[in-house]
Amino acid sequence: MHKSPMVIIFATILISLILGMLARRKKKMDLEQWSVGGRGFGVMFVFLLLAGEIYTTFTFLGGSGWAYGTGGPTVYILAYGAVAYLFSYFLLPPIWRYAKEHNLISQPDFFIKMFDSKWLGILVAVVGVVAIIPYLQSQMTGLGLIVETASYGTISQPISIGIAMIVLAVYVTISGIHGTAWTAVLKDILIVIVVLFIGIALPIHVGGFHDMFTKINQEKPGFLTLGNGGMGIPWFISTVAMTGLGFYMWPHAFGAVYTAKHERIFRRNAIFLPLYQLVLLFVFFAGFAAILVVPNLQNSNLALLAAVQKVFPAWVAGIIGGAGVLTAIVPGSLMLMSAGTLIAENIYRPLSKGATDAKVQIVARVFVWIVAAVTFLFSLQSNAAIVSLLLMGYDFVSQFFPTVLLAIFARGAVSKVGAFAGILVGVGLVVYFTLSGQSILWGVNIGFWSMLGNMIVVLIVSALTRDASSKVRETVTA
Amino acid sequence: MSVRWLTIIPMIGIFIGVIFANHATPIVLGMPFLFFYMVVWIVLTSVCMAIVYKFDPTNKE
Repeated sequence: MHKSPMVIIFATILISLILGMLARRKKKMDLEQWSVGGRGFGVMFVFLLLAGEIYTTFTFLGGSGWAYGTGGPTVYILAYGAVAYLFSYFLLPPIWRYAKEHNLISQPDFFIKMFDSKWLGILVAVVGVVAIIPYLQSQMTGLGLIVETASYGTISQPISIGIAMIVLAVYVTISGIHGTAWTAVLKDILIVIVVLFIGIALPIHVGGFHDMFTKINQEKPGFLTLGNGGMGIPWFISTVAMTGLGFYMWPHAFGAVYTAKHERIFRRNAIFLPLYQLVLLFVFFAGFAAILVVPNLQNSNLALLAAVQKVFPAWVAGIIGGAGVLTAIVPGSLMLMSAGTLIAENIYRPLSKGATDAKVQIVARVFVWIVAAVTFLFSLQSNAAIVSLLLMGYDFVSQFFPTVLLAIFARGAVSKVGAFAGILVGVGLVVYFTLSGQSILWGVNIGFWSMLGNMIVVLIVSALTRDASSKVRETVTA
Repeated sequence: MSVRWLTIIPMIGIFIGVIFANHATPIVLGMPFLFFYMVVWIVLTSVCMAIVYKFDPTNKE
């Protein structure tokens, strides 16, 4: 009957695996190749790697699901990207310069070199891995939902998520970053077409844009503005600030910065990348239309897929699912690879004296599977909104921001001990709030409160414990 | 004064202006007003960054 969605979806998975393998054959892969692509990517690839990360399960299923279930607060997703790129103009060139000068590979390397502390590097790696897990969980949940929906429920949720986990881990194991870049090309083209199509067709199906929003506004007054679910203006401001500043603090995004050929690339990207955000609008439109097409879904993550399945023929639903698969595999594999590399290179290597490169590489590949399995277990237990998972990851990574900012622009104002104390306090606050089930305190995002506390601690502790002045003089100038 | 200060304008539009733009109506270009407002600021962010890029002496080398 409805076999075509499954066929298309598994064909997409197969094609991305083949692309991954083809990319790998061209070059011998050592760990540096595997993770920074030999520093040879041009403008186009850096652009796609950075832009490719925008279109994830988070924006595709999460964005539409939030529009469907949360409404107005979804507008933060439009704003934070623009804010992140605006900051990137100032933030990325000095990070890139420092990384190039010192041949850095990973995010923890930056902290190790800056503060001459092996343990700070290990702490950053651990926090990075912790932040990656909810992000990865969102990708895996999304991929699982696509498989489950495409099978019309014949493949159960745990098995769907299990398939998602294995696809991601196999993909990372065989390809590394080169595979990701090629599949990203395919994904970026396909997702833009798909999103434009459903973002226009679904609203037209329910009577056109103007009527659709008028109807939603009548049925649910206040739904289309900030304030819904305790997410008012202070929440918007704090969340956009926190996620905008945290955007490049993700281990994989920080590491991707090193791969650019020239620092000017970042400044030029800051012009065009904000406009990319506008494609997100169409995902939101699809989510809003779903309110009228498939009202009262239990799981808001399903909004887009359920609406598509109800309105379009099976093969169209299949292609949309296929694009969804790619939006999960590309960022998901990047995150998974980052986690594996962080554990092997930045936790295992410094802790085990004299490990060979071959040994570290094996550890990286083994931990890709362990992290995938751990994420799988978390995914089984939770039905959290995809956007909430991503925000949780942001709560963690944004705790790097105060130290990075000071290290770059005012190296004298931050000491090794200060950096330690700030990150520990910030992460401690995030863990406390997360475990107590709070994501908003006094109307403001808890990640923002934690980052603020973190910044204050860094400044105070650093003022009391200055680093030796010879180190401080190495400050990179903006 | 550096041309880089121009980036303050979109920041004000996004972080402060939103206080005055938090309405569902009027629906403009098929979007609730809040969403339309944010779209305008995203385009203006891009325009500001283009001007900054062009006149920032750092990019001249």
